[in-house]
Amino acid sequence: MRRSWSAMRNAAALTVAILAAWQLLYEFAGTYALTAPLATFQYAAGMLATQSFWVHVAETGRAFLAALAISVAGGLLAGFAFGLHRLSGEVAEPMLVALYSIPKITLYPIVLLIFGIGLPAKIAFGAIHGIVPVAIFAMTAVRNVNPVLLKTARVMRLGPWTQVLTVLFPAALPEIFTGIRLGFSLTLIGTLLGEMFGSQRGLGYLLMTAIGLQNIDVIMAVTLMLVIFAASISTVLIVIDRRLHRAA
Amino acid sequence: MKRATAYRLGFIAAAVTALEVLCRAGVIKPLTMPAPSVILGDLVVILGSGKMNGAMAKTLANVAIAIVLSVSAGVVAGAAIHRWRALRDGLEPLFATYYAIPVYAFYPLFIVLFGLGDVPQILIGFMLAVVAVIVNTLNGLDRVPRVLAKTARIYRMGPAEAAFKVTLPYAAPYIFTGVKLAVAYAFIGVVGAEFIMSRTGLGYEINFAFNNFDNAVMYPLILLILAIATALNMSLHAWEIRLLRRRERG
Repeated sequence: MRRSWSAMRNAAALTVAILAAWQLLYEFAGTYALTAPLATFQYAAGMLATQSFWVHVAETGRAFLAALAISVAGGLLAGFAFGLHRLSGEVAEPMLVALYSIPKITLYPIVLLIFGIGLPAKIAFGAIHGIVPVAIFAMTAVRNVNPVLLKTARVMRLGPWTQVLTVLFPAALPEIFTGIRLGFSLTLIGTLLGEMFGSQRGLGYLLMTAIGLQNIDVIMAVTLMLVIFAASISTVLIVIDRRLHRAA
Repeated sequence: MKRATAYRLGFIAAAVTALEVLCRAGVIKPLTMPAPSVILGDLVVILGSGKMNGAMAKTLANVAIAIVLSVSAGVVAGAAIHRWRALRDGLEPLFATYYAIPVYAFYPLFIVLFGLGDVPQILIGFMLAVVAVIVNTLNGLDRVPRVLAKTARIYRMGPAEAAFKVTLPYAAPYIFTGVKLAVAYAFIGVVGAEFIMSRTGLGYEINFAFNNFDNAVMYPLILLILAIATALNMSLHAWEIRLLRRRERG
């Protein structure tokens, strides 16, 4: 209990510090470059009240959820396969690591050429970003499961599916969840990047047009809302993540 | 391990061959993607002509600046934060959620603040990279045995001297993990920013070629960037494994 209190106090202090730095930057850089914190919150609230903004949110949300579903399902499938089959895991691991650390944005033109402009391209681009960390973490987690557990499962003559569902998955869950948490963030980044090009709707598109129009109000308000959204979901995921690791 | 490497090379060769066959057979239209052999040929022509040398130099220079800045700032900040407990507690939530925040969302803001020069791109690369260095520096410093810190105190070293002569060298392999990530992230950040909006660089050239349906330029450049990034990351990865192995033995 005391732990969560101090964590909350730290988060509050950090938020205050960031807002103060923002206000100072505003005083220093002036109205042409950025908007003040209070004004930005007000503008964001105004945007939230309009119908057209929610059309963009819905579009981004749809693409993001679909991409996240593909990232998690595909990543878990690949991770379990590579984790259970030692040789294919050894073959795949360096390729996965290489895939993780290349600038995937350069692949975007290829994605667009394959899927055309629209929702599928965004989903694919989000999934490309998210699937790799989920797969890497699931693979490592499955590999590191205590061999005694697997032996016990075999002694109890559990079928392969029962083994995966009742022994392997629960034992590997904390690490798998960490992978999903990272996959969540990267999928969001990928989806937004996908929307910045070749898209007519969505928050990424909104940002891109705002740059073209030099509309600082929109840029700041959308950035603020994205940061708040990403930070709050990620905080919830981190809390769950820590619980799982402590329980394990 | 040897066998896995052979399989891996075989897999990559098979994938490239399959792509080549599909392209030659017309299953994949040349408008979608030229055959791998054609891409490679185009890349040789582009590199030979030297017309992309400027863009390449620009991208690599900006990536290098972002790496140098993020590593030096990250190590110094990490060492400072490590000494100051309250600051570290305060920043902990920031580090935990940092990579969940889409950094590119700040790019428009940076363009407004600094203009469309090199600064916004370098800043994006720096922002992506620096926290990885800080977090890994903290991780490395946490592992320094207390006896080493005591030894430094017995020799009456000041905080800076102790950091540079004792604790940072001990933490070096862990900091190196941060450096490795910083290289990858700086690359991702700079090229991504160039791609979104800029006037020069490989990311810009790819986007430009894409908008002009110029596959003879776009695909070779994509290949070039991926090859540079992969080669860089792979060699750093190999080096890191050697460093960590030496630490385990010592």
